[in-house]
Amino acid sequence: MHIVVCIKQVPDSAQIRVHPVTNTIMRQGVPTIINPYDLFALEEALRLRDQLGGEVTVLTMGPPMAEDSLRKALTFGADRAVLLTDRFFAGSDTLATSFALAQAIRRIGETWGEPRIVFTGKQTIDGDTAQVGPGIARRLGLSQLTYVAAIDEVDPAAGTMTLRRRAEGGVQELTTRLPVLITMLEGTNEMRRGKVADALRAARAEIVTWSAAKAGITDVAMCGLRGSPTVVKRVFAPAARAERAVLVETQDRSPGEIAEALIAGIGTRLPALHDDLLRAAAGY
Amino acid sequence: MEQERFDAIVVGAGPSGNAAAYTMAREGLNVLQLERGEYPGSKNVQGAILYADALERIIPDFRDDAPLERHVVEQRVWMMDDASHTGMHYRSDGFNEERPNRYTIIRAQFDRWFSRKVREAGATVLCETTVTELLRDGRGKVIGVLTDRHGGPLLADVVVLAEGVNGLVGQRAGLRPELRPHDVALAVKEMHFLPQEVIESRFNLAGDEGVVIEAMGTITRGMTGTAFLYTNRESISVGIGCMVGDFAERKVSPYALLDAFKSHPSIRPLLADSEVREYAAHLIPEGGYKAIPQLTGDGWLAVGDAGHFVNAVHREGSNLAMTSGRVAGETVAWLKRRREPCTAAGLAEYRRRLEASFVMKDMRKYRGIPALLHRNRHLLDLYPRLASQAAQTWLRVDGVDKRTKENQILGSLRRARGLRGLMGDAFRLARAWR
Repeated sequence: MHIVVCIKQVPDSAQIRVHPVTNTIMRQGVPTIINPYDLFALEEALRLRDQLGGEVTVLTMGPPMAEDSLRKALTFGADRAVLLTDRFFAGSDTLATSFALAQAIRRIGETWGEPRIVFTGKQTIDGDTAQVGPGIARRLGLSQLTYVAAIDEVDPAAGTMTLRRRAEGGVQELTTRLPVLITMLEGTNEMRRGKVADALRAARAEIVTWSAAKAGITDVAMCGLRGSPTVVKRVFAPAARAERAVLVETQDRSPGEIAEALIAGIGTRLPALHDDLLRAAAGY
Repeated sequence: MEQERFDAIVVGAGPSGNAAAYTMAREGLNVLQLERGEYPGSKNVQGAILYADALERIIPDFRDDAPLERHVVEQRVWMMDDASHTGMHYRSDGFNEERPNRYTIIRAQFDRWFSRKVREAGATVLCETTVTELLRDGRGKVIGVLTDRHGGPLLADVVVLAEGVNGLVGQRAGLRPELRPHDVALAVKEMHFLPQEVIESRFNLAGDEGVVIEAMGTITRGMTGTAFLYTNRESISVGIGCMVGDFAERKVSPYALLDAFKSHPSIRPLLADSEVREYAAHLIPEGGYKAIPQLTGDGWLAVGDAGHFVNAVHREGSNLAMTSGRVAGETVAWLKRRREPCTAAGLAEYRRRLEASFVMKDMRKYRGIPALLHRNRHLLDLYPRLASQAAQTWLRVDGVDKRTKENQILGSLRRARGLRGLMGDAFRLARAWR
């Protein structure tokens, strides 16, 4: 069974900052990671492949440096990686992205066999839209199952899959026909540690790199900024809350003195909490 | 499938490991480099100064694309007491040469660049892969490694241990003793960000020029150690380090020492209005020549911090690391060309070549310094204070005649240390320096 997993390279949001004056996201020097939600999709794909046989192809659209994420996916054990990169794709919103990815998945199908399952993460941590997966499903005419919590059974011969999907107020148990697009929920599995052989293969693998033309995309007006109706009007950082960390000097001080310094600090900053604490302590 | 056998496995992707892997890969060897960090440089910490010469001998045109911050045009050496510093500054337009000699760098960026060069040279680099054990054959020869990934073992003719100061692989294999607290320093540093123009006006710099401040004195509270401040393009690296044994004895915490250094009246204005965005700590092997462990054996050799190659007096380390890595790589390639096996006898050539280079010559020259400083704690504490007092007396115009001032200064020296003490210090220092 051939499985395609769409991943995205994103800035590590734990280390991202917003420029105080221009309000733009400062990407410079921020390390990149595979979108964490995508790892649940990738692990699920690898698990199904190990169980049923076949291949996992990882696909991403992005700048040439997105190759790092693909190589990492190969280290986990994916069989093949495709990088969709072209200046025509710059500035894509979710509509243009799902158009390009859908086209690339068609080309992957023509080259290495029709995928029966396409996986994406639930959403990305930089855009947070959760729109690209459904966009791909619609364009490729696949059944679409979002927020999947577990895949219980796949029957390739019958062309069916049984799964559990988190829905509002409960869990749905569903059976669907293949081919299908699944967006995987977080926390549903744990990414494996790649074997030595996979790591070696990943370090040496050629990443398949496709331009728009190579992926069979002829209508570049559907791509990038031109194909993106979404306009970002304003980006701004939420106002900082009034919390503040205070370092209490511990050098050459007894625990009692440190505790007193702490209480005094709370007293000046949070008088209400301070009074509560004293009331509570009065009982002892 | 038959198990692949590498010509060499390099453990670690710091300067020494990269130098070794690059050198061997360029010689056409099949090299595998294993790094436990998420990417090369993610675990590595340094001040950091890059000494061009050592890298130039490995990658002559590194200036074309290496991420360099500023080239050093001014060196300040400060002896500090609590409120002042007595300094020697050397600044020269001669350092504004076409191929500058020293640069400030940011290691997380520099190490990634170096690693890219290693991969381009043809080596295979695996990150997030921790070597857990050395593999030996029946006769004890090292023949490969085991890692924390499933599968393997990974086999090679020689294993280059470039695993850094706290070399657990070598330790576990019994190839090197555990670090002793008096052979290793603990340094902490912070990155203070400031606009480029502010740094340039504050330190009197133009373009890519940079300043290095090395400081000692009462800032280390009688412990053996030094502090530093380096200018990067848009940030200032500031740090301090002392021997681990001293920290333990005095029960001083490194961050308290760094906080005090940062608020010293000579340092505070240099850091004013900056924003701290990164902090780091690392061990530095500063035990000197006598702490150098066994460097070669049957099927293995040690380079860089794993070989304890740090010249603490001159604040040099990364250049010794790169040079030892290069020499190790050249030795292995030389053995390969001669179709000789990487036995203990063959690899002993590495030590011979190191002995002939500045690495071992400098290490040997200063072999007495660590013990001298350990036994004479006053050297880094008393003399900076005396120098400051002397300058204070000499420069203050207060109606006291100059001869009386001279006598006051000489008197304070004699009172503090005695004539025999002064002469003894001079003698011991000269002997250790020789």
